[in-house]
Amino acid sequence: MKPLSQRAYHVLFVTPALLLSVAIVLLPALLTFGASFSRWDGVSAPAFVGLANFEALAADNVFWQAITNNIQWALIFLTIPMAIALVAASLLLSRRKSGAVYQVIFLLPYVLAPVANAVIWQNIILSPVSGLLGFVSKNFVPLSSPLTEPSTALYAVAGVDIWHFWGYLTVVFFAAMRQTPEEQLEAAFLEGANGWQVFWNVTLPNILPTLGLMLVLVTIFSFLTFDYIYLITQGGPARATEMLSTYAYKFAFTSFQVGKAAAVALVMSFFGLIASIVYVRMSRASLEA
Amino acid sequence: MQTGASPLSRTLANLFLWGAVLVALLPLGLVALNAFKPHTAIVANPLSLPESLSLDNFARAWNGGKFSIGIVNSLLLSGTTTLITLAFASLAAFALARRKIPGWQLITIYFLCATTVPIQLFLFPLYFVYAKLGIVGNFAATALILAAINLPITIFLLRAYVISIPQDVDDAAFMDGANPLQTFLHVILPLMRPGLITVAIIVFLNSWNEFLITSTFQKGRSNITMTLGYLSMNGTYATDQGALMAGAFILVAPIVVFFLLLQRFFISGMTSGAVKG
Repeated sequence: MKPLSQRAYHVLFVTPALLLSVAIVLLPALLTFGASFSRWDGVSAPAFVGLANFEALAADNVFWQAITNNIQWALIFLTIPMAIALVAASLLLSRRKSGAVYQVIFLLPYVLAPVANAVIWQNIILSPVSGLLGFVSKNFVPLSSPLTEPSTALYAVAGVDIWHFWGYLTVVFFAAMRQTPEEQLEAAFLEGANGWQVFWNVTLPNILPTLGLMLVLVTIFSFLTFDYIYLITQGGPARATEMLSTYAYKFAFTSFQVGKAAAVALVMSFFGLIASIVYVRMSRASLEA
Repeated sequence: MQTGASPLSRTLANLFLWGAVLVALLPLGLVALNAFKPHTAIVANPLSLPESLSLDNFARAWNGGKFSIGIVNSLLLSGTTTLITLAFASLAAFALARRKIPGWQLITIYFLCATTVPIQLFLFPLYFVYAKLGIVGNFAATALILAAINLPITIFLLRAYVISIPQDVDDAAFMDGANPLQTFLHVILPLMRPGLITVAIIVFLNSWNEFLITSTFQKGRSNITMTLGYLSMNGTYATDQGALMAGAFILVAPIVVFFLLLQRFFISGMTSGAVKG
């Protein structure tokens, strides 16, 4: 038997990963594309219906509500956790010893299962009967559960998700800030700059590539957000927290309108794609380096 | 370093950090506190200290959350996912880093796009194909999905490790008569060890915690994972908050210990792809 060439070996090395990804991700994604132009219940043969699913969505108030909610979610996540994490990371920068301890504590909620976090918050914090909120409400100021009010539910779920997420951003920013050249910082302080001026003129410019990447990733994940919403409110009350992801999921597995689910999935992916193009362009620079 | 900081700004900074610590730990502290209290005591005051360290809540939670089934399935699912991901990703990372195959650029771009692909883009047809094949609920079949999701990011993390190993190392092995598979197994893989450990820990934890795929594919009493078993308690145990908190304790405590022991790997794994210089 002729020995394989070096190149043949390398082709064999990449094959299992590529094959698995194509079978699980790429081919089903193409099926989703096809399903979005069909009426399909997931079991019987799909029937081609052209653009009917997209037309139905365009006339569907819930669909537009979901897009609005996703945009609101993105705006919340692009500002609040970003700001908290930037402040926390720059404060850790001057605490070289305790910084390591702080970042482990901040990261703790991030490594726990969304199921655990969601059930904990729902019951021991936000429940009007058994939670901290109920305790404050019964003994001090009357409060209603923010999860049952359509006007506040989105912020309440976002609050739980931010609680779990901001530590990750802090750790990433902290790592990026530590790469700021020491002599730049010293020079700034010698010139009499205060903490804010140093942050604005030295630290921030140095972490700009990381900050940009995080903004792109947060945008992408805001349009895909699913876990905390589905676990805490299932999109309710009165669709106040319905997202494209939860709406698509219900189409597929509650009403078995897989064609419509696929159409919503394509819209979600479109939002993600715009951000992904930015992401790929940013990553290419580092790939070719 | 902060020579110019006034006492006031120092105090404000400390207040911010202590507040952040309190917010991060309060929910977990409440779990630990209330896991040992009866329901009535929790409703009366969730902040009160437990009167005894009774483990009754834990016994009810263990049965209610079907944890003896869940822990086996969680270990099988996360273990299988980690093995598949590690094996496939390290091979692919080696091949893509050495750039010997035609179209390596195209494959790299494909995996780059796959890192941010929404699960919903492939979930629905995949589910109905799995249903048709009768493999919904099979942990190995579900592990293939989780592995496919973890592959792209893992390939990029490991690829960076391979790139840091000079090509001369491969060439020297070649001179000694090793074929590329032998080079990979005996030379490259040992040098990649820190990367492999980091990736294994992160992939294992991701699959342990994963919700969307796991809840869709591991349905049915005998297929549930620890997280799904615990989730089934939510609602039905609303009037037994003690058991619910004990269940959260059972679910969270091992992850906290795991994380504290291995936090160095977590932090390096999470920041290595994200920090751009």
